[in-house]
Amino acid sequence: MSTMIAPARETVRAADRVSAARRHVSPGETLSQTLTMAWRALKKMRRNPEQFFDVTFQPVLLTAMFAYIFGGAIAGDVASYLPLMIPGILAQTVLTSCMATGTQLREDMEKGVFDRFKSFPIARIAPLAGPMVADLLRYTIAATLTFCMGLLLGYRPGGGAPGVFAAIVLAIFTGWSLAWVFTWVGTIARSAQAVQGISMMILFPLTFLSNAFVPVETLPDWLAAFVKINPVSHLVTAARDLANSALVTGEVAWTVLACLIVITIFAPLSVHSYKRHM
Amino acid sequence: MSITELDRAGGGAVVSGGTGLAVHAEGLVKTFGEHRAVDGIDLDVRPGEIFGVLGPNGAGKTTTLRMLATLLKIDAGRAEIFGVDVVGNPHVIRQLVGVTGQYASVDEHLTARENLWLFGRLLGIASPRARRIATELLEQFGLEEAANKPIAQFSGGMRRRLDLAASLISRPPLIFLDEPTTGLDPRTRGQMWDTIRGLVADGCTVLLTTQYLDEADQLADRVAVIDLGRKVAEGTPDELKTAVGNSTLQLLLAEPGEVPAAAEVVRRVLGSDPVLSPERGRLNVALDQADLAADVLIALRTAGVSITSVSVAKPSLDEVFLALTGHGADGDDENSREENR
Ligand SMILES: Nc1ncnc2c1ncn2[C@@H]1O[C@H](COP(=O)(O)OP(=O)(O)OP(=O)(O)O)[C@@H](O)[C@H]1O
Ligand SMILES: [Mg+2]
Repeated sequence: MSTMIAPARETVRAADRVSAARRHVSPGETLSQTLTMAWRALKKMRRNPEQFFDVTFQPVLLTAMFAYIFGGAIAGDVASYLPLMIPGILAQTVLTSCMATGTQLREDMEKGVFDRFKSFPIARIAPLAGPMVADLLRYTIAATLTFCMGLLLGYRPGGGAPGVFAAIVLAIFTGWSLAWVFTWVGTIARSAQAVQGISMMILFPLTFLSNAFVPVETLPDWLAAFVKINPVSHLVTAARDLANSALVTGEVAWTVLACLIVITIFAPLSVHSYKRHM
Repeated sequence: MSITELDRAGGGAVVSGGTGLAVHAEGLVKTFGEHRAVDGIDLDVRPGEIFGVLGPNGAGKTTTLRMLATLLKIDAGRAEIFGVDVVGNPHVIRQLVGVTGQYASVDEHLTARENLWLFGRLLGIASPRARRIATELLEQFGLEEAANKPIAQFSGGMRRRLDLAASLISRPPLIFLDEPTTGLDPRTRGQMWDTIRGLVADGCTVLLTTQYLDEADQLADRVAVIDLGRKVAEGTPDELKTAVGNSTLQLLLAEPGEVPAAAEVVRRVLGSDPVLSPERGRLNVALDQADLAADVLIALRTAGVSITSVSVAKPSLDEVFLALTGHGADGDDENSREENR
């Protein structure tokens, strides 16, 4: 450590800084800060590859298990269950991986470096949105693996590559939107463990009380009523239509609308409670 | 040309007061539950000075700094930094203040170089320039060799240096340092002091906290002593030392009963009262110069007071408090303060 600051650096003048200081963060700056934070999250993922376990093993295992366990019971045989099931697994795995977003954020927020982020003149949303952008990679892996696994088991999607691609994109977008719910949980809960618990409580009804794995007609009326309004059901139906028959149905619109509502509610809530933490 | 691009576009910050102070705080209060961690602190830091906040564990140093840095909500009172209201314009304040917290706030998962680059990018500096600044700072803080190692492998002192380097990226005019040398070895500590002096030579203002009187003495132009969330004294280190003495003569008398006689002798030689320690037969005498110890000892011998043990020590924080407030490290923080001596 040298004793003097390099002479080339000129004197810091407080008055100039005060008059040059800006009052707000512009949208462009917010975007750039978010991407910088995403870069950090990606670096972190690369150095801790165990963060990819859930998005790799879960789609592989779930697809195989569900196909052989429920295939016969629900659809008569594995091959005819796959078109029903694969979009369901798609929704399930993407939602599970977005749950991890909240837990990891909570863990991260307890680290010292978050103090520095808070002390910097950056958009308050950047430290929250950055990891979520990086998590798009995780959702993509989960979604792609689910379809690959389906193909291995004999699934031949009628919608072809464009249909499958559209289904994947829709699932990723939904995952990203719902991740805001878990991010919010991450900012309000006391510990990473609490985040995990609360997230499970949100996630299980959402995925299992949907048409992801069983046809709605087989359910009792009261359950069917919930299943029909569950946004995950809309995602699953939309994804089925896209992947199996390349049809863009009204379900896509419902899914996107539900996602937008979730973002409008939970993104500001998350930022608000993140700010209150300090 | 300044190193930060924050300077580019003007945004018209509100400067209210004409105090001309770097930091002006009045009646700051922070309450955690029932506990008033900061209980009405006033601070005035002049531009270009090193201002020290001196206090024992739990005094409220960190809490005060965090409130001023917009990291904690101010419960009552008000604060301005370079005339800008802290509560009203947190975003402006964050452009003016570089914060080095008590615990390193760098990213464990990244290397030193990546950390500095990341922070530079967040501060709006273009990538190549952020890389250049990172290299400069790594060099300046003697971290080139460790530049590409993960922080997890850094020693405490290296982390501390990286942390300070990270606070200087945008060259903020005001720098907060929370216990910058706690846990550093004497050599690294001296280097840190030099670096801090260098910052001021560069035109920065520094507000630092410390638990060490000698650190405040070495570095600070002015010092505020705080305890239990309140300011108990303020002044230049010289003024504080006049109150406390440069060093302390600690005497243990053979006969506890002779304490009053010994105190009388000290008063006669030095013209000031010794501090009677709680332990029986113990006497602490504040000395302006260590030389005076001999005078006191000779006078005691002449008066026939017999001594079991003698030592001359630098005044501890305890003695500062004793001298400044008339009470020592009593109250509920006794234990934490003991650990710290
Ligand atoms: N987040 C918090 N919640 C509850 N109490 C807190 C919190 N932060 C600090 N305190 C309490 O406030 C008081 C002041 O703490 P602070 O950290 O400001 O002390 P300090 O002077 O920095 O001490 P140290 O020398 O140990 O760093 C302490 O009694 C501490 O227990
Ligand atoms: Mg502290």
